[in-house]
Amino acid sequence: MNEELSYFMQLLIGGLSVGSVYALVALGFVLIFKTTKTLNFAQGELMMMGAYFCFTGVMYFKLPFVAAVGAALLFMAALGFVINIVVIKPMIGKPTFSVVMVTIGLATIFGHVVGLVYGHLEIKFPSPFSVNQVVSFAGIYVSTVNLWTIGVSIFFLALFYIFFKYSTIGLGMKATANEQTASMLLGVNINRMFALSWVIAAITATVAGVFLASSSCLHAEMGMIGLRALPAVILGGMDSVAGAIIGGITIGILENLAGGYLDEALGGGLNQITPYIIVIFVMMVRPYGLFGKKHIERV
Amino acid sequence: MTSGDFKETYQDDIKIFQTSFVKFWLLILCLALLVFPFLASKYLIYLANISGVAIIGALGINLLTGYTGQVSLGHGAFLAIGAYTSAVLAVRFELPFYVLIPVSGLFSAICGLIIGIPSLRLRGLYLVITTLAFQFIVEHIIYRWKSLTMGDDGIALASPSIAGLTLDSDQRYYYLVLVVVVLCTVSMKNLTRTRVGRAFQAIRDRDITAETMGVNLTKYKLLAFSLSSFYAGVAGSLYAYYLAFISPDHFTLMVSIQYIAMIIVGGMGSVLGSIFGALFITLLPEVLGGLTRALGEIFPAFVSRLGDVKGIVYGLVIVCFLIYQPAGIHGWWIKIKTWFKTYPFTY
Repeated sequence: MNEELSYFMQLLIGGLSVGSVYALVALGFVLIFKTTKTLNFAQGELMMMGAYFCFTGVMYFKLPFVAAVGAALLFMAALGFVINIVVIKPMIGKPTFSVVMVTIGLATIFGHVVGLVYGHLEIKFPSPFSVNQVVSFAGIYVSTVNLWTIGVSIFFLALFYIFFKYSTIGLGMKATANEQTASMLLGVNINRMFALSWVIAAITATVAGVFLASSSCLHAEMGMIGLRALPAVILGGMDSVAGAIIGGITIGILENLAGGYLDEALGGGLNQITPYIIVIFVMMVRPYGLFGKKHIERV
Repeated sequence: MTSGDFKETYQDDIKIFQTSFVKFWLLILCLALLVFPFLASKYLIYLANISGVAIIGALGINLLTGYTGQVSLGHGAFLAIGAYTSAVLAVRFELPFYVLIPVSGLFSAICGLIIGIPSLRLRGLYLVITTLAFQFIVEHIIYRWKSLTMGDDGIALASPSIAGLTLDSDQRYYYLVLVVVVLCTVSMKNLTRTRVGRAFQAIRDRDITAETMGVNLTKYKLLAFSLSSFYAGVAGSLYAYYLAFISPDHFTLMVSIQYIAMIIVGGMGSVLGSIFGALFITLLPEVLGGLTRALGEIFPAFVSRLGDVKGIVYGLVIVCFLIYQPAGIHGWWIKIKTWFKTYPFTY
């Protein structure tokens, strides 16, 4: 294989793994959007907190890694439940803008609470995966973390697809999103749907956080990476699970390619804003995303 | 004595100075603002100056978000554009500040016009994300376009001077800020009483209905964006001159969130609310700073983490106001006023 092609493949695979983390975070966004019709700007911070919980479990309570992840999942599920009761429930019926601002407020609080407790330095994440552990096929090196991330994303995709398509709870969530009053009349317990969607979103965020921290390191500004998953949500369409995954992976690959090929010409760090440049163009052409439903306005 | 303030004509209802009582107290306020720098300490004048800048910025975002209902998370970017326009032009061409402040406003307004174009098709969440994207892109450009903006190193500005008088002390700068704040406040208050202001509010309440009633959506949405960015540009320019040094760190996403917090706390869609909010959010960290220093004697670790404490409090303030007092401080103000007006019959 020639050098140029292998460089391209390397970027592609790197992008694929970044993209699969985006996809996991984007899933959380879509989940909340599907039930509550709002965007949760604290999704990235939930991801970061999940990773920190896991870190605390390993470092301070000396738990084995898998047990620490389990404990983090439990704590985060509880946190999602509490957020729903304390903050989101009083906002039911308020304008979307207010609800979104509340989640931005939450994101600010979480980000700084973690900063206050753990400081702002980068911490090495005690993960059983190592970035240096690589598998090679045909001259392309892929680290095992990346493979795991991609695998787990695909697993969650399948899970959520089945959940929303066939399970009663999943259908109830979709109904809640579509029309709250009507679904209440049909016997859907809306409160439970809201609580569940927050719990599940917190859980996916934790999984994403653990993988993201494993592939780089742990730091209090990790929540910003969650914000970079927003373009993925837009690209895929805010109410499409499959769209979130495809959007996430597309954005990941594009930003890695842009970083790899254009950085020299345009100054470094291009990969950090590529998602936002893409999102502005997508908004101008297809505001409801590639797979989202077109929203028809009625007066 | 009348038992209330009854309006008989529409003209009466939209008057700025509703009663002579209001006129009297406004006069007192103006006098107080004029003599303030002679009585206050240097620190208090510094606080007044940064509050003034915040008021201009908050008026701008309230025009866009509070009056027109177009949520923007990119206000910090417009401030940055204003600040950098002033700084770059002042250093390269040595233009005077009274030219640069309006020019910065105008340039920022043009950028606002451009970012306003997607708003013609987008609403709500989608617009939040577009403006968020704009914020990050501007931050990135400032950070990376080193030949123009000096990137991380920042740009230093000379103190502004007019007719041989250099505004190099806090006290002198205070008057410049005061003049601009008064101009901005009065023009905004007047704008909201005209057809333009009413068109903005109609768009906020329901844009499709507004369009069917003859409001040109394209024109007014773009106008709201450019006016709001103009205010932001002016605020950014004043801020740059006052600090005499700017770097990308002064205009992060946190700044945009602070401005949103100002109008949430102060009251959306209200000039007075913007002022309350700007004062509250600007002075809050100073009060917190004092508190943490006091606490720092007990827990020394606290002081070094002041930034985080501030961040937590900002977040809490946003969340609590949205849940418990959506009308903001302006809502309380109205309540108190009504209580006094109707006393002892409180219904």
